[in-house]
Amino acid sequence: MDSRSDSGAGPSGPTGPQTACAGPWWRARFILSGGGALAAVCLLVAAPLNAQGLPDPLTTTPGDPVRGEAIVTDPQHGLCTLCHEGPFPQVPFAGNLGPDLTGVGARRAVPELRQQIVDSRIGNPDTIMPPYYTTDGRERVGARWQGATMLRAQEVEDVVAYLASLTGDMP
Amino acid sequence: MRRAIVFTVAFLLPGLAWSDDRRTGYDDMNADLQALQDDPMNPATFWVLDGERLWSEPAGTTAQSCADCHGSAEDSMQGVAARYPSFDESSGTAVDLLGRIALCQSRHQQTAQPRDRSDPDRLALLAYVTHQSRGLPIMPDEDPRLAPARARGEALFSSRMGQLNLSCAQCHDDNAGGYLAAARIPQAHPTGYPQYRLEWETIGSLDRRLAGCMTGVRADPFAPGSPELVALELFLKSRAAGLTVEALPIRP
Repeated sequence: MDSRSDSGAGPSGPTGPQTACAGPWWRARFILSGGGALAAVCLLVAAPLNAQGLPDPLTTTPGDPVRGEAIVTDPQHGLCTLCHEGPFPQVPFAGNLGPDLTGVGARRAVPELRQQIVDSRIGNPDTIMPPYYTTDGRERVGARWQGATMLRAQEVEDVVAYLASLTGDMP
Repeated sequence: MRRAIVFTVAFLLPGLAWSDDRRTGYDDMNADLQALQDDPMNPATFWVLDGERLWSEPAGTTAQSCADCHGSAEDSMQGVAARYPSFDESSGTAVDLLGRIALCQSRHQQTAQPRDRSDPDRLALLAYVTHQSRGLPIMPDEDPRLAPARARGEALFSSRMGQLNLSCAQCHDDNAGGYLAAARIPQAHPTGYPQYRLEWETIGSLDRRLAGCMTGVRADPFAPGSPELVALELFLKSRAAGLTVEALPIRP
């Protein structure tokens, strides 16, 4: 952690992983399996439940897929197309470091998409995808960006709505 | 016998394969840009010619020229750029070639200090001195006093930084050859510095390039000539040992 860069200022969002034993899916499992198995089942289900992501929207305003597309396809704003190809022919030079976004809305549920954008390190600590809605664990952030997340909460929701709409042909 | 073959395959061949797998920025350029670099009158040549003139020009309060001490650069400077960064006895620190030129200017010519590291005359001298190592293999200085800085450079190379939270290694080791938008990610072998960069429309040194990468991930860049950037250069040069010094290269 770099205290000189990200000391909790700014629009920091929900940052920690969703705890495995907090959601309704776990509660159903807990009732079925009985309290004695709590610890064991918690361990077993922790990874898959983390992968289920962030079910709760970051804002009360539903995401706007049109605004989300504008963010995703503007390499100066979302930066997404620096690494991702996808169904956006208006982007002349998309990179190929991340997966093709074509059909991502069919492959990934909304909570997973939200988690991936908020902080993809939750699913993969070695990810090259930047954390878009947390300032946790960043080092040596430039003065212009200190304390700031890469996207605002509503922008994350807009991007999630756009990606969820990409249910067309798989790449 | 069989054990000997296994030994050969397991330990010797990977070493050979490693050197064969390395690609320079030149290898990654398209044929048009390679032709521009190979042209004897490529744009960087003007800095070499400026440097050649400055080499023999008296400067500073001592009115000494580089040539007064070093003689012909074609003899005295051959191979120097191929082994830098080096260790500076007086300050007890590692210095890159641009830093060495600056030290020479202040200690022996007593030019007005400090001068900007991107000072055109100093870059021209760097270009001219580097030109004397063209075609030679990079041979890192093995002075053991450089080891701590080299190790620090290795650690920095793998350190995530900036708002984008990326390390050098994540792009230039793990994703070299991939495309960041239209740009092919190179393997980060510093065979060609200083270089004429089309993006800059001028020549620049490795520290300018490294600062550009750091700004790209929205990090606070290390200062030009800082110990961190010299440490990174030491590490990068050790990985590039044996690759050929390009002088002077063109890069997009």
